[in-house]
Amino acid sequence: MKKILFFLGLSALVMSSASISSAAQNFILCMEGSPASFNPQLVSDGVSMNASSQAVFNRLVEFKKGTTEIESGLAESWTISKDKKTYTFKLRKNVSFHANDFFKPTRGFKADDVIYTFKSQMDTKHPLAIPAANYEYFKAMELDQLIAGVKKTDDYTVVFELKRAEAPFLADLAMDFASIQSEEYATALTKNGKGLKTLEIQPIGTGPFVFKSYQKDSTIRYKAFDQYFRGKPKIENLIFVIVADSTVRLQKMKNGECNVMTEPQPQDLEQIAKMPNLKLVSTEGINVSYIAFNTQKKPFDNLKVRQALSLAMNQKSYIDLIYRSQGTAAKNPIPPTMWSYNKATAANVFDIAKAKALLAEAGFANGFETELWTLPVSRAYLPNGKKLGELIQADLAKIGVKIKLVTYDWPVYLEKSKRGEHQMIQFGWTGDNGDPDNFMNVLLGCSAVKAGSNYARWCNEEFDTLLQKAKVDSTPKARTAFYEKAQVIFTREKPWYPIAHAKLNKVISNQVTGYKIDPFGHEQFESVDLK
Amino acid sequence: MSILNNTLKIILSFLFISLMSFSIIRLIPGDPVTNIIGERGASEERIQEVRKNLGLDKSVFEQYAIFTKNALVGDFGESIVTKQPVWNDFKVLWPATFELSILAILWSSIAGLALGVLAASKRNSFWDYGAVSLSTIGFAMPLFWWGLLVIFFFAVTLGWFPVSGRISVEFDVPYRTGLFLIDSLLSGQFAAFFSALKHMALPAFVLGTVSLALIVRVTRSSFIDIQKEDYIRTARAKGLQPSQILFKHIFKNALPQILTALGLAFGQLLTGAIMTETLFSWPGLGRWIVKSIEARDYPAVQAGLFYSMVVIVLINFVTDEMIKVVNPKMRDNVKL
Repeated sequence: MKKILFFLGLSALVMSSASISSAAQNFILCMEGSPASFNPQLVSDGVSMNASSQAVFNRLVEFKKGTTEIESGLAESWTISKDKKTYTFKLRKNVSFHANDFFKPTRGFKADDVIYTFKSQMDTKHPLAIPAANYEYFKAMELDQLIAGVKKTDDYTVVFELKRAEAPFLADLAMDFASIQSEEYATALTKNGKGLKTLEIQPIGTGPFVFKSYQKDSTIRYKAFDQYFRGKPKIENLIFVIVADSTVRLQKMKNGECNVMTEPQPQDLEQIAKMPNLKLVSTEGINVSYIAFNTQKKPFDNLKVRQALSLAMNQKSYIDLIYRSQGTAAKNPIPPTMWSYNKATAANVFDIAKAKALLAEAGFANGFETELWTLPVSRAYLPNGKKLGELIQADLAKIGVKIKLVTYDWPVYLEKSKRGEHQMIQFGWTGDNGDPDNFMNVLLGCSAVKAGSNYARWCNEEFDTLLQKAKVDSTPKARTAFYEKAQVIFTREKPWYPIAHAKLNKVISNQVTGYKIDPFGHEQFESVDLK
Repeated sequence: MSILNNTLKIILSFLFISLMSFSIIRLIPGDPVTNIIGERGASEERIQEVRKNLGLDKSVFEQYAIFTKNALVGDFGESIVTKQPVWNDFKVLWPATFELSILAILWSSIAGLALGVLAASKRNSFWDYGAVSLSTIGFAMPLFWWGLLVIFFFAVTLGWFPVSGRISVEFDVPYRTGLFLIDSLLSGQFAAFFSALKHMALPAFVLGTVSLALIVRVTRSSFIDIQKEDYIRTARAKGLQPSQILFKHIFKNALPQILTALGLAFGQLLTGAIMTETLFSWPGLGRWIVKSIEARDYPAVQAGLFYSMVVIVLINFVTDEMIKVVNPKMRDNVKL
């Protein structure tokens, strides 16, 4: 009993002396989830990329901050051969790797590191390849089928040989999974018995911040790297705090416990904009949300039905109510900020009378019954699938189409829709590398029907031929022409009802300077400071 | 004899537990591979390759054999999400849940007993109605809503406590036991100890609400029942002090029921921990298990379920034994 009293007394003491303190040199990001791994080769979610590739690593080429343009990273310059199959990279000299408790690099970054990074992902038998690793992203971008070989001509020159010309290749190299790992570190791990799995918990890179520690599901700590080749970052201690609930995240932000917060909810944005100590920063995201009609199923194989349904949906109300004006009405499969976006294609029109007439022409004067599958997870491209489903249900009821809303748990939703069991379905996409091929080919190409990511299960020969031509050509002008034409076919054939391109929002506190929001959703802090 | 009997029961329970924790997650449709691929597409060969890497190409019986064989020596395999041994994740997460649960059960049993006794001894008074309605509200209030209210009032409006987390970011407590209250004292960082305590206050308060409701009710009703017993009347007739009757006669006889309720409450904490840990960003097991189910992370879910079931079985075992200590009538060799 005495102990308990002591304890209670102690709690009272704490309550009275409670105050929030934060040391000035700490910079705190409050984010929504925990990283899966700190090895960028093995991750495919934004949180893990921010925690690994963006903070700790660099790539040969990188996206210019806040844009989708390519700039030099660890490669100083590069040349592309005439047949577009040979890429030669000149590497930066005097770049150092981080050190940790059990590894002190004896040499700087050189060609061996690049070769190791790519070869270990290409070949499962590579001595430094992680056993039974899936290298999901590398293989999803089909680089294992594209790269014929990587070799060095000297310590600072690397040559990539490709099996065919592929225009988006340079952009692929700027992606997170292509982050350059230290070959010396990997070799040391195999020798000192710690094993290659250590790469997943103790990353060593060349990037702006050195990984310090990770308290699972709670806190990640980094320290500024004083030998960073672009100059030491201004923040001394970078701390990522994991706060899963978005309402709680905002409360922490209000309380001054975070400097930057990810993923605010659309309904909170108005309130945030009014707060004197907080600032809302937004950018156009590289994403799209859509309703796919399963064109392999009746009645959606009929173009007139797809047209009629598209006419009956009131896109403006969806943007206003679901996105709270934090989204742009979509008409093409790619967002307007992406090059080759065709401004001339027809926008979605809302016309119930015409919809009814078209439906009658298609032989459904009395409408029909069908299902709409609503997205079970909240994504940046579509924050609330169920609510959108209800709005669409009400709209389509006006032309006699009875919609049954269906949804499943996320893994089940994915599995069933990849098999084409749906009729109408909500989906969306966030771009990987800012290339139109990464939207149109992945989501609407004929090969994607079999792979399962073409949820409209729509294979149009004319459209697909244009995409394949654009893929091998590497002059932006010619590619633009192909993609613009493809978008005309898309809007004419209506395999989707495109809904919106959602804006990306972050909340920052007033003291933060130099923060640039990234269209891929990455968090970069090398030039950020606190006032 | 009774110990032997109980040990046999525990072994059978463990066998059953291993079968349940293995099969439940596999009975849910959807598998980890589709989840890994996400919105993206993948060829059939690629899907088979990933399945093979995860060991999912083997038959279910083979998988179960491997699972039990490894589980016996405490190896629960590698997480599909983090690719690290499940044990590594488990090791750092369970102290957080444990610390929180202990604090929650501590305050709720003290407050629950006090309120229950108060309500029973002043029946049909303001105190009685107050305690009963308080516990009803505590029981009925959904934790996610209650938690948000508490955060909003105590952390944001009054600013007495931090909104979420386990400790202030400026403290980096070296890992020893994983229990921050102990680790911070071991390393001599008193400021860190207070910070950890301050962070724990709100989630423990919220988590303890449900158990509080249970304990208040059980204490009150068993006290009222026992007050009607003949031996209490005898004790009163003998002229014993009311406080002596309360603690020596009523409390002692109510203890078995209260202990049973405590055991139940401890089991409930696991459920409550899921919501509380999510709200307060508490890096514990509840949140981990839910996230693992969403990702169909079979090894992690298996380990998590296994652990929760073992805890519940053990708690039941311990409460049974404790009841036997306080109540001789419950002992096996007693013939009634």
